[in-house]
Amino acid sequence: MILRALHFFRRLLSGQRGCGCDSCVFAGPTTARKLALFGSPNVGKSVIFNQLTGSYAVVSNYPGTTVEVVRGRARIGDVLLEVVDSPGTYSLTPLSQDERVARDLLLNDPPDLLVHVVDAKNLRRMLPLTFQLIEAGLPIVLDLNIIDEATRAGLQVDLAALARRLGLPVVATAAAVGLGVDRLRVLVSGPVPSVSAFSVEYPAPIESAIERITTALRGEYEISARALALQLLHREAEIWERVLRADPDAIPEIEKAVSDAEAQYSQPPAFPIAVARQKAADRLAGEVVVARPRPLRATFAEVLGRLAMHPLAGIPLLIAVLYVGLYLIVGRLGAGIVVDFLDGQLFGEKINPAITAWVERLLPYPTWSSLLVGEFGVITLGLRYAIAIVLPLVGIFFLTFAVLEDSGYLPRLALLADRLLKRIGLSGRAVIPLVLGLGCGTMATLVTRVLETRRERLIATFLLALAIPCSAQLGVILGLLSIHPLGLAIWAGVLIMVFLLSGFLAARLLPGEAARFYVEVPPLRLPSLRNVAVKTFSRLRWYAAEVIPLFLLASLLIWLGQLTHIFDLVLSVFRPLVSAIGLPQAAADAFLFGFFRRDYGAARLFDVHAAGGVSGVPLVVAMVTITLFIPCIAQFLVMQKERGLRTALAVSGFILPFAFGVGALLNLILTTLEVQI
Amino acid sequence: MPEIELTEASEEVLSSLAVAEEEQDDKWVPPNGVDASPDDPALHDLLEAGLIEQESEGFSLTAAGRRQAASVLRRERLAERLLADVLHVSDDLATETACKFEHLLRKGLDDQVCTLLGHPRFCPHGSPIPPGDCCRAGSRAAQTVVSSLADLSPGESGVIAYLQTPRRDILQRMLAMGAIPGTPVVIRQRFPSFVFDLGQSQVAVDRETAQQIYVRLTASSSAPSPKPPWFARPFRGFRSRRRGRRP
Repeated sequence: MILRALHFFRRLLSGQRGCGCDSCVFAGPTTARKLALFGSPNVGKSVIFNQLTGSYAVVSNYPGTTVEVVRGRARIGDVLLEVVDSPGTYSLTPLSQDERVARDLLLNDPPDLLVHVVDAKNLRRMLPLTFQLIEAGLPIVLDLNIIDEATRAGLQVDLAALARRLGLPVVATAAAVGLGVDRLRVLVSGPVPSVSAFSVEYPAPIESAIERITTALRGEYEISARALALQLLHREAEIWERVLRADPDAIPEIEKAVSDAEAQYSQPPAFPIAVARQKAADRLAGEVVVARPRPLRATFAEVLGRLAMHPLAGIPLLIAVLYVGLYLIVGRLGAGIVVDFLDGQLFGEKINPAITAWVERLLPYPTWSSLLVGEFGVITLGLRYAIAIVLPLVGIFFLTFAVLEDSGYLPRLALLADRLLKRIGLSGRAVIPLVLGLGCGTMATLVTRVLETRRERLIATFLLALAIPCSAQLGVILGLLSIHPLGLAIWAGVLIMVFLLSGFLAARLLPGEAARFYVEVPPLRLPSLRNVAVKTFSRLRWYAAEVIPLFLLASLLIWLGQLTHIFDLVLSVFRPLVSAIGLPQAAADAFLFGFFRRDYGAARLFDVHAAGGVSGVPLVVAMVTITLFIPCIAQFLVMQKERGLRTALAVSGFILPFAFGVGALLNLILTTLEVQI
Repeated sequence: MPEIELTEASEEVLSSLAVAEEEQDDKWVPPNGVDASPDDPALHDLLEAGLIEQESEGFSLTAAGRRQAASVLRRERLAERLLADVLHVSDDLATETACKFEHLLRKGLDDQVCTLLGHPRFCPHGSPIPPGDCCRAGSRAAQTVVSSLADLSPGESGVIAYLQTPRRDILQRMLAMGAIPGTPVVIRQRFPSFVFDLGQSQVAVDRETAQQIYVRLTASSSAPSPKPPWFARPFRGFRSRRRGRRP
């Protein structure tokens, strides 16, 4: 019940529409044309989405940040469009969960019109996906995006010839600067183009298998029989299941056709199929692209891009990025200046006293007024923590992250870190969820979808829950410890050790194939201010919708707990644990708060510290313990949704004693060595 | 132990027995023109030399026979690779020609061919090529023709010749990323990850993946790209870059 209320509240705040549930009240008129944006990662789908809808898909210069379908609306003339942005995918045969999301969109909810967005300067590599979409039998508009980069590289594409050969409307855009977008608007709101008759011819054994399969298929499918046959030849498990359900009688014949084709080649049929598509793409690109390569001079961005991949230059650069991004911006600016002002001056001196006085006058019953303005009041504590401490910190982190993402730095970080991450059972790809985890572990757990193997997703989820502090924690900790460099070093050292050791052990204990690493390295680009702002805003909105209800709920529960004395009972459970790691009793409620949201616990610690409750060694121990400490309710829920209840329980069950164990050990070591902090 | 000089027919018997063993096929079919009897000259020679022994249900390799069979298979499969990758002979024709060719690749010459081809690990049909001394030493000829991406130096370029991976998902992933035979590649960096230009895009992969992409080298290894300042030039790695690491 509470969860449902939370869910509703979250929806309301995040303003989601077209949510796909049956009872949806906001479904709107049914005449909207469904338009889907499709394409490889990093070709600008989300930028086009923003241009068309004027709203907020998360855009980035990193393959794999759109992990879910994003929906928005647009009105062009009198045509109402429901625009869907899909995760980037290289082919229609999905190999990771985010690619599956994109493929399933075509399978389960086929759009009325598909815009295939491609990188104009790399047409040769992009056309095979166009062929697959044509094969699927969908009406398509082909959008050659980033045409400005192609022109700069001396490439000219004959749009008319390309349109003629493919039998599709073709448009060239540079969406980031708004070029050609009007033409695209006209195309997507005009009459739906007919399905192209273009067809790739595969080698004879494949064509004969396709022929046999398409004859055997009887059921109704959302995509063409030819596309289905090709997926069956790839032995795509989900398509086989679908066919098994719709056409159980055809399975023996299909199985025979596929294995006959397989017997003809030393490699799986995927190989000759890909080669045939590429040959067709090469031929077509050769006809329509005129290349006049210019003598290029390395631009500043190219030099910097190469530097960032260089093992010697890359590491100092990484340290510089971390220092500026995390320490200076999140720690010093966020926690030191912004939070100090909002929490100390705005809430502490102005808002809280004013509201308290006002509420107490209106509600002269201490029991009730304490719900709103008491020590743990919904307004004085819940709202203050959310607005004055957590949101500014997270917002500043998201802003930094968005700049990094859009610049194309993250794939370079991934290729630098791959060897290290392999040791802990991950691959370079895990850099995205791990770095995003420094912002919000809940969001990052969702993004582990970009990882390919179950093992990798599990290890990343575990490490996110255990050793990656979220930005609110990070901000509070950096803010409090920045005057104690030794304490900060101890905190960071312990966390890095725990991260590497537990990852190392997890990699040893979990069975499964080692992860493989490959990533496309986009050119380093100057992030567009608009995209960074839009992205930060949309993430922050998601976050606010996520945390504010929980913060308010936590305040309410604590108030109830206090009223019924359950709060004291729970605290008395924590007190011995808290004493065991050498902390004063006052710190106990910080841990209780941490159950609701990690950042809530960190914020509480900030308060306790401000009140002079904890400092020196106990402060460092508390920081370490609270960073390792249990994932918050929101993260737990996402873990349970993505990885299953058993995993979520197992991870939390391990972390709780482990965090206190490490805290106790650290306390013992620091007090024995009589470290002065 | 020196290898025993054998007739073409005897070598074919050895390799067919080894393939039957490799595929765990109980039923051995003798090659054309050979009778499955100890009186057949090919089998007689092998029995004489102690390379095979007669069993109740046929013949099997002795330890020495298995060693010599590996050498035969190696030459045969290297010959297939040579025909397919360098001479572009079509698949069926290659298998047929390879059988004859293999017999001519005498011991010693096979290591040179193997080095020329970048120490391939599988024949075009996916059967393993038994490694030779050259593979273990990781030697590299002055003019390698085909090489795994992992053995190239920054600046070297070529076109993708073939992919060789036992895992279907990885093959599909590499194909989807655009690593398709015929695509031009220029290697940019080897450490900490392999970075290369693939057509117009740039891709980074780990060593395991790089080892499974084989490249036919092109004559000119000068990449048509701006020369970066010294501090941004590719890093060649701390260790010797010519380690022929094979499991």
